[in-house]
Amino acid sequence: MAVTYTSREQIEVYRFSLPVAVLAPLLAIFFQAFIPLRFPFFSIFDLPLLVVIFFAMARRSPVAGLLTGACIGLLQDSLTHHPIGVYGIAKTFVGYGASSLGVKLDVESVGTRLLVTTTFYVIHEVLYFLIARGMVRLDLHWSWPHELGSAIANAILGVFLFALMDRLKQRA
Amino acid sequence: MGRYRNVTFLAAAIFIQILGLAIQVKRSTENESSRLIRVWAVTAVTPLEKGIVRLQTGTTDLWHNYFYLRGVRQENRRLREQIEQLQLEQVRLKQDADQARRLQGLLGFKEQFIAKTTAAQVIGSSGSEQSRTVYIDKGSRDGIEPSMAVISSQGVVGKVINVFKSTAQVLLINDQQSGVGAILEQSRLQGVLKGKASGETVIDKIMSEEEVKLGDRVLTSGGDQIFPKGLPLGTVARVTKGGEFLQVIIKPAAELSHLEEVLVITKKEEHAAPVSTATSVRAADILAQRLPSVPDKPQMESPAANAVVGQTKPQNATAIQPGAVTGSAPQTKPRGSTNATTAQPKPPLDASGAAKSSPAKTQVSTPGAVTAKPTVIATPEPKPAAVKASVPPTSKPAANAAQTPSKPASEIPGDTPQ
Repeated sequence: MAVTYTSREQIEVYRFSLPVAVLAPLLAIFFQAFIPLRFPFFSIFDLPLLVVIFFAMARRSPVAGLLTGACIGLLQDSLTHHPIGVYGIAKTFVGYGASSLGVKLDVESVGTRLLVTTTFYVIHEVLYFLIARGMVRLDLHWSWPHELGSAIANAILGVFLFALMDRLKQRA
Repeated sequence: MGRYRNVTFLAAAIFIQILGLAIQVKRSTENESSRLIRVWAVTAVTPLEKGIVRLQTGTTDLWHNYFYLRGVRQENRRLREQIEQLQLEQVRLKQDADQARRLQGLLGFKEQFIAKTTAAQVIGSSGSEQSRTVYIDKGSRDGIEPSMAVISSQGVVGKVINVFKSTAQVLLINDQQSGVGAILEQSRLQGVLKGKASGETVIDKIMSEEEVKLGDRVLTSGGDQIFPKGLPLGTVARVTKGGEFLQVIIKPAAELSHLEEVLVITKKEEHAAPVSTATSVRAADILAQRLPSVPDKPQMESPAANAVVGQTKPQNATAIQPGAVTGSAPQTKPRGSTNATTAQPKPPLDASGAAKSSPAKTQVSTPGAVTAKPTVIATPEPKPAAVKASVPPTSKPAANAAQTPSKPASEIPGDTPQ
């Protein structure tokens, strides 16, 4: 679990082809909506969030990161029956934060990915909770054990997913 | 400016989304203001879901219907036996339903029956733990409309909230924003079944001094005007006391986390239970049986009446005067009979069973046939004259009345809904 600080010269910036940039988030949202019907436990995962973190860290551009987060979040919102924007705002912050962090850290290592995903999952949930309660007045149930468990589960899944998605990266 | 470029973009993106969110929250019709985005998202995601579900269903059907036919004969035999048992049970339930309808008719209750349903497959969910909704593969072109009830073979699933061209979004009963009128089968306590943030379903606002039994079935009360009365919602799983009210945790009857096929109730019929004279007489007899303290009417000699009736009337049947139940002699109807009716425990209604049952007008074809009812011959004291003498000359015989359109129960004095 090595977390490496990387100098600006060592930073690799990646880009993605248009089909990948469009289809990967769509597939993530599709699986997020479809798999829990067959396997209810899968609802603890947040595949769209993992995709946001991955794209943001790989592109290493805060603007691209926040736009990716906003688009995926809004798309995720529109499948729920709540007002659109709750996931959008939370994922915008996460996209911005992950890409800003990607500029400073070597996010290729497993240890970094585990830590970053765990941290951003918790940040995402806190933001979602605050927005949903503060603006939409949803009565949400907050449980630290549940959130931490979900964060670790997402981080583990993220490690495998990121390794798979690394193959889609193109050097800029 | 270049230094703050990223932060400016972030602030702008957040500001726009907060503004949009605020507008949606402010407007009461928030679904309309964001309708276009939802349509795009649903159009982008659901075709793939539909395709996979159909592929999965097709493969499963192919396997089960053409290749894997082991044990089909045994299963067929077992199912035939089960059908026979169910037919027996159906006869019994039909009798109960008939009786319930007659009593409801007396009280002027209006019932809702499921007239038409559309089968649909669940193709996706919202993908969020906070939004307990599912998508079905039927939409506006299949006749689906918002606020239609959705059920499964086990019980109530939810209601339609958003309708698109070929899909629809269903709000499950365990969502926080869901609310279903519910009634406990045994105690007849009523409340609203809601979802909690944790995904449990609960009936609150039941006073803490009430007694709620674990395992008691919970049915729809019909009060919400969405779900027909008598559909199974679940069973009482846990009861906790919290101050003034009880928290009754319900285990949903439908498997909400494993939904595959559902039925959307696309048409409901609402009508009062038919009150024909014949059925009223029988219901009155039933009530009369349960009122042992009502004294007999004095006997009156009337050869003409004897000629008309020509049969014997049991003692019990005189307790509630026939003129009253035909609605032709309001002054002779004791108001207490209504109270007696409402005092009876209401039997649970199975909507489908009730919808199939027909009024029992054919059971009584002549006035004399009433006396043939096994429920009223417990004390067979012949009093032919007494029965008919109390009927005013204008009143029709029961057989004629049975053929005329049923009279609204509210016209019967003392039978107004409570």
